[in-house]
Amino acid sequence: MSAEIKPKMRGEKVSVHYGDKQALFDVDLDVVDRQVTALIGPSGCGKSTFLRCLNRMNDTIDICNVDGHITLDGRDIYHKDVDVVELRARVGMVFQKPNPFPKSIFENVAYGPRIHGFVRHKDEFEEIVATSLQRAGLWEEVKDRLDAPGTGLSGGQQQRLCIARAIAVNPEVILMDEPCSALDPIATAKVEELIDELRTNYTIVIVTHSMQQAARVSQRTAFFHLGYLVEEGNTDDIFTSPTDPRTQDYITGRIG
Amino acid sequence: MTDTSFNTLQRTDIHTSEAARERLAKRYRKEAQFKYLGMGAVGVAVLFLSLLLFTVVLNAYKAFSYNYVNLPVTLNQSDIDPDQTGDLEVIGKANFGKIAKNSMKELLPFASGRKQRRALYGLMTSDLGIQVRQAVLDDPSLIGTTASIPVQLDDVADLYFKGDITPLRSIDVTGEVSTNGVEGTIEITSSSNDFAIIADAVSAHLKAEAARFELRVAAKERSKSRLQDQISEMGIRIDGASAGDVERLQNSLATLKSDFETASVQTERDIKKIAELNERISAAGSSEAVPSQIASFILKLNGGAVKVTSLAGDKIIGDVLIPLENGNPAAANQWSLVTLEKPEDNRKLSDRSIVWLDHLEKQGLVERKFNSVFFSAGASREPEQAGILGAIMGSIYTMVVTLLLSFPVGVGAAIYLEEFAPKNWVTKWIEVNINNLAAVPSIVFGLLGLAVFLNLFGLPRSAPLVGGMVLALMTLPTIIIASRAALRSVPPSIREAALGIGASRLQTVTHHVLPLAMPGILTGTILGMAQALGETAPLLMIGMVAFIVDIPGGPLDPATVLPVQIFMWADFPEPAFQQKTSAAILVLLAFLVIMNALAVVLRKRFERRW
Repeated sequence: MSAEIKPKMRGEKVSVHYGDKQALFDVDLDVVDRQVTALIGPSGCGKSTFLRCLNRMNDTIDICNVDGHITLDGRDIYHKDVDVVELRARVGMVFQKPNPFPKSIFENVAYGPRIHGFVRHKDEFEEIVATSLQRAGLWEEVKDRLDAPGTGLSGGQQQRLCIARAIAVNPEVILMDEPCSALDPIATAKVEELIDELRTNYTIVIVTHSMQQAARVSQRTAFFHLGYLVEEGNTDDIFTSPTDPRTQDYITGRIG
Repeated sequence: MTDTSFNTLQRTDIHTSEAARERLAKRYRKEAQFKYLGMGAVGVAVLFLSLLLFTVVLNAYKAFSYNYVNLPVTLNQSDIDPDQTGDLEVIGKANFGKIAKNSMKELLPFASGRKQRRALYGLMTSDLGIQVRQAVLDDPSLIGTTASIPVQLDDVADLYFKGDITPLRSIDVTGEVSTNGVEGTIEITSSSNDFAIIADAVSAHLKAEAARFELRVAAKERSKSRLQDQISEMGIRIDGASAGDVERLQNSLATLKSDFETASVQTERDIKKIAELNERISAAGSSEAVPSQIASFILKLNGGAVKVTSLAGDKIIGDVLIPLENGNPAAANQWSLVTLEKPEDNRKLSDRSIVWLDHLEKQGLVERKFNSVFFSAGASREPEQAGILGAIMGSIYTMVVTLLLSFPVGVGAAIYLEEFAPKNWVTKWIEVNINNLAAVPSIVFGLLGLAVFLNLFGLPRSAPLVGGMVLALMTLPTIIIASRAALRSVPPSIREAALGIGASRLQTVTHHVLPLAMPGILTGTILGMAQALGETAPLLMIGMVAFIVDIPGGPLDPATVLPVQIFMWADFPEPAFQQKTSAAILVLLAFLVIMNALAVVLRKRFERRW
C-alpha cells in the first residue's frame, strides 16, 4: 500500500545520540501526505525524539547528535544549505503543554505571519487570524475578545490557540507532541475532532500515549520500543493484526 | 529484624499513641522556636536600622535650615554709582564689603577698637560683601534707599541659634539692683542675695583647684620618699664600691639629690598655693575674679548687658558689653541673670559675640530659613557656603555614564552567554571569571582605572566620565549575573513555541525571552547601580576626591560624587560640617529610595504589558 502513496517526509536510518546515550537506532519511517501518522510506544521509547528530528528542534539541545537522512519532499532537511527557519515554517509544531505567548490572542496567531513577513497590511492580518482561529475551531469562542491575553484561556482553548498559531504560518506538516496529555476528556475530544478536520489540508504527525487516540485519529501508526521502530503500517492493521509480538503486548497493555 | 519492622507497621496505634502525641508536640515546639527566633532576628534588624536612621536624621535636620540676618544696609548713590550710570558693571565694582561693614557698625555701634570690630564682622559670613552686592545687582532700584538685605550668619553664629554652642540657663532673681555707671567696668549691687550662685560657682572652682593641687602634692611626696630611699641606698653602695666606680656613683648621687631638691621646692610651692586657695575660699568678703574656665554669667538690665568679671562681697564687678540706657536701679522683674553653661574657654563664640547675637535677635533681624545654599552650591571651606549640588551633579553624570556603558554591554553579554554561546570550556571559564569579578574589591577597579584610563588612555583626572567607566566595570558582573539568572528563569516552552513556528534565535530572544526577563534584568541593574551610587573607594583612586568648588557642567569636568563628599565632610572638624555630613547622607539615601522606587515602577510597567 505504501508503494502507491507518495511520502511527504521520509526518515532513513535515523539515529540520535544524547551525548553517549543512543536514543534512536536506525529508524526508517515514511510520513504520508495529508494523513495522520501516530507515533506510539512506552515512555522513553524515542517517539518524541523522532518527532523533534522532523523540524530540527533537537538542534537547540547542545549534546544532541542526529545521524541518517530525513527528507521533506525529497530534500534532506539536515543538509547544510537548508535554512532551519524556513524548515520550521513548513513543518510547524504543537507541544505537549499549551504554551501560548503571554500576549493577546490576536498577537499569538499573528506572530508567525509577522516574523515571516508574508503579510503586511492590517486587513490581511485580521483575515489570517480569523481563518486560523476558525480552522482551529476557536473562532466562535474568542472572536469578541481577541485583545484578551492568550494565557487567560482554559487549557483546551490554549492548546487550540497553539494549533491556530501553527496553522497561521501555513505549514505543510504539523507535528504534535502529545497535544492532549494536559487536557480533560472534553477538550481532548475537541482537539481530536480538529485533527481529523485538519487532515484535509495538512500532513500531521502526532505522538500519543493513548492507543485509543491513535486508533481514533490516525490513518497510519508507528510503534516505537527502546529506541527502535518495531512496526509501522495502517492503523487498522496495527491494532487488529500486529505482526510483532512486542506490538501485540503493548496494545494489549502487557508492556508500557 | 524483618519481623520487628513488620510488627511495627502492623501496630494500629502508630499515629495515636502517647509517644506519637509527644513526637507531634516536639515538632510543633521546634516550629514555634524557629518562628520566635525569626521574629527576634527581624526585630534586631529593624532596631538597628531605626537607630541608624534616627541618629542620621537627628544630626541632619539642623543642616536643612540656616539663620539669616535681615541686615539694614544704607545704599548711598554716592558710594555705589556716583555718576548715576545705572550700569551693572559700574555698580558691581563698588566696595560692598565696606558698605556692609558700615551697616554692621551702625547696627551694633558699641563695638570699639579693631579687635571688637573684627569680632563683629566675624558674626557674619565672610561672603558678606558679595551677598549684599548680589542683592543690589538683582534689584538696582535699591540704590539710594536703606534696604533690608538677608545675609547669612557665620556658621558658628548659626549654630548658636540652633542651640549647639552652649546651653543657656536663666537664674531666678529677687532683689533690686543698682549700678554705678552705664559703660566700661561697673559695680552692681543687689538688695537680695542674687549673686550667691556666682560666688558658689567660683568657690566650687577654687575648691576643685585646691583638690587638684593636693593630688599633685601627694604624688610629689611619693616620689620624694622614693628618691630618699634611692639616696640612702646609693650611700651604702658608694661605701662598698671599688675606687673606679666611686666617681660614677657619686655623680648619680648628686643627680638624685638635686632631683629631691627640685621636688621639695615644687611641693612647697604647691602647698603655699593650696593655703592661698583655702584662704580665698574662706574669705567670702574679698574680691575674687570669675575665671573663664567656668560658666559665664551675663546680667541684662536697662537695655544693656554686663558680663560678670569678679565678685566683691555681695557686689559684682562687670564689663559692659552693651551700654545701659540709664543708671537707674532695676527691680527684680526688670533685670535678669543668664548663665552660659559652657565655659568661654571651651567654645568658639565669645560672651561678647553671644550678647551681640542676642541683641540682633531681640531686634527681630534674625530669621531662620530653608537652607537653599546647601542644595545650590558646590564645595567650600566655609560651612555656610558649602553645598551638595556639585556632588549631586557629579553623581548624576557618573551614573549616566555607568548606565550607558554597563547596561547594554552587560545585557548583551548575558544574552550571548545564555542563549547563543556553545557550552564548552571557554564559556565555562568566562562564566567562572565573571562570578569572580563580582567579588573583586572595588578599590582594585579604581587602581585599574588609574592605570588604564588615566595613565594609558590619558583621560582627564577627576572626571565623571572616568568614574562612570570604572563603576561600569564594577557593575558589569552584577548585571551579567542577574540578567543570566533572569533569562534562565524564562520557561523553555516559550522558546520552543517561538522556534516551533520558525522564529530565528534572535527573534526568539528579542520578541519573547528578553521582555519576559526584563523585570529581573532591571532589578539586577538597579541593584548594581545603587551599589555604584554608594561607591567611594575606586573613585578616590581616580581623583574624584578633589575639592571642587564649581558645579560640573558635563561628564568631562572635574567633579566629586555624593559618597565622596560625605567622606570629605566627615573629615572636617567644624560641627557645622558634621551636620552637613548627616544631611548629605540623607540626600544619598533619598536618591537610593528614588532609584528603587523607579525600579519597582519599571518592573510593574513591564509586567503589565504581558
